[in-house]
Amino acid sequence: MKTLTFSQALNTSLRDSMEHDAKVVLMGEDIGKLGGVFRITDGLQKDFGEHRVIDTPLAESGIVGAAIGLAFRGYRPVVEIQFDGFVYPAFDQIVSQLAKMHFRSRGNVKLPVTIRIPFGGGIGSPEHHSESPEAYFAHTAGLRVVSPSNPQDAYTMLAQAIADDDPVIFLEPKRRYHVRGEVDTDLVPEPGSLYRAKVAREGADLTLIAYGPLVKTALDAADAAAEEGIDIEVIDLRSIEPVDFATLSASVRKTGRVVITHEAGKFAGVGAELAASLTERCFDHLDHAPVRVTGFDIPYPPAKLENHHLPDLDRILDGVDRAMRRNAPLLGEDG
Amino acid sequence: MSITFDSSTPEGTEDYLQVLAPDGTRHPCPELDHWVEDLGIQDLENLYIDMACIRRLDTEGTALQRQGELGLWAPLLGQEAAQIGSGRALEHDDFIFPSYREHGVAYCRGIDPHDLLRMWRGAAPSGWNPYEVNMANQQIVIGAQTLHAAGYAMGLKFDGSNAAAITYFGDGATSQGDVSEAMVFAASYQAPVVFFCQNNHWAISEPVTRQTAGYIADRAKGFGLATWRVDGNDVIAVLAATRAALAHVRTGTGPAFIEAVTYRMGAHTTADDPTRYRDALELEEWAAKDPLDRVAAHLDSLGADLEALKERAQQATDDMAAGLREAITTMPDPEVDDLFAHVYSHPHPWLEEQRENYANYLAGFAENAEASK
Repeated sequence: MKTLTFSQALNTSLRDSMEHDAKVVLMGEDIGKLGGVFRITDGLQKDFGEHRVIDTPLAESGIVGAAIGLAFRGYRPVVEIQFDGFVYPAFDQIVSQLAKMHFRSRGNVKLPVTIRIPFGGGIGSPEHHSESPEAYFAHTAGLRVVSPSNPQDAYTMLAQAIADDDPVIFLEPKRRYHVRGEVDTDLVPEPGSLYRAKVAREGADLTLIAYGPLVKTALDAADAAAEEGIDIEVIDLRSIEPVDFATLSASVRKTGRVVITHEAGKFAGVGAELAASLTERCFDHLDHAPVRVTGFDIPYPPAKLENHHLPDLDRILDGVDRAMRRNAPLLGEDG
Repeated sequence: MSITFDSSTPEGTEDYLQVLAPDGTRHPCPELDHWVEDLGIQDLENLYIDMACIRRLDTEGTALQRQGELGLWAPLLGQEAAQIGSGRALEHDDFIFPSYREHGVAYCRGIDPHDLLRMWRGAAPSGWNPYEVNMANQQIVIGAQTLHAAGYAMGLKFDGSNAAAITYFGDGATSQGDVSEAMVFAASYQAPVVFFCQNNHWAISEPVTRQTAGYIADRAKGFGLATWRVDGNDVIAVLAATRAALAHVRTGTGPAFIEAVTYRMGAHTTADDPTRYRDALELEEWAAKDPLDRVAAHLDSLGADLEALKERAQQATDDMAAGLREAITTMPDPEVDDLFAHVYSHPHPWLEEQRENYANYLAGFAENAEASK
């Protein structure tokens, strides 16, 4: 066991994956000498060389497209997109190429490319630095989308994503980069565990589903709710695509109530899919319609307003109260 | 004041390297001649037969679409020299990243008729296993494959391989950001990749003048690429330039670019009607620059037995047509289960559910049919 920050856990995971497999190469803007704008790749170019930690031209479509070509050649590229809002120039290469090549080639071409994206808000940045693009990718067949919430998962899930033969969108909650935690680098994860949700806190009254940056907020909300006598079960989704419905449904059948929270907007967001699917799967067990506590359906706002946009402890508790029928329903949700 | 666009052919279209004139006269070309010194009559005859075969392949593809056997076909008519000249310059280990019109290059790779037609019939999303023939599947998004070639070539360089990558695209694709980015990446890492642009003058209905005000090849020079602009209807010039470009990239000093100036004699695809946007006179002008006729005329001037050659060509093209017909009549329709196959490389619970639910749904019809007997 080591105590590492979230970003150190990612760095250690990249290092271990590169030591384990000579075909693992890192690609991205400023990831070499600088070590990345968040220093996730700090020191790796010095130790592994310029051909394994590749500073790329400033062109996101080019980075992902070239990663696809390297994967064609047998490499296992790990791409860093500098910020969430800069992934869109690469959208075609991700959605039309990376996601579809295995299907297109009838399984002959595997593209084990991991795309790391620091995502989400809460760091006081200007436009394009705080977005939550997960629904675009979760909607695209052929991609797997995961997001760790703590240093142990950061270490383990990144290694699993890199080892996976499918392309994985790896969403890093950038506002948690400095969170510290115990990390067991010798932990051997169960096969397939990358795509399983975890019960982060057991509870009997309500299921609260979160991923990435909001897992900590959800756990804090559960502690606060406990003081009011509400026993919340918090689920760390971990894998956004595929969703571990077995774990989610078991919890919802037990509690009969579900609140889903994410930073991304509500409309056609991941929460919409979870709410619909859990209703289909658990309808007879539900005591209330699923409640979503999300960012607003707006462009990401300026930093001085982001605290209003991001679900925080109180807004989550407000949603919990609605699911418990303690609060009046929202406009348009009064049945 | 209104702005007018000149959509006529840019002046100096003829400003390219040529070995074989349209009338079959071979004239000296110091830049290219030494790359094709080895070519004898037999080699020229083989190139002629190759071009005849892919012309027949194209005729058959169009006919099969008209007969309802293929959903769509993208004709290569007029581009035989560009595809055979470049395809025959490649070594087996060189890896090809094509667009969707390179049936002639696929033919050079020995891809069998079933695999050539499978995608166009709608029986599968692609035709062949790329690793068996060192050629990626058809790329339909314009220019996207050029980045894959650049990345693959970066891998070749890291591996210390002597092989090269080559990517095919058209004049329209040169407007895509991906093609520019691919040249940036390739040049930055000195990756061994040849960018092969078939400037066939038309991107569906838009003339090449809508894509560029100058020569496409000049744009490549700006990215620092070694560049050749050749007569794309001259199979010898294309063969020579591709050999030169491949030799250049194999030195590890950077990528290369070939602009093969040719002409799309047919429609963009079988769904297109080129009479709506281009002049019949332009077709006549390019018909006079036919890639096959000039090789035949040249061989005639060398004293080759033209009659025997044409007989050989007839036999080869008939065999090819028969193979294509046989492939279409024996090609099985895909299984329903193929819908779900290979979306991921390992099981995906959501998709497994959908697959099973749909199978049960279909099985319900079978049970009902059984019960109503």
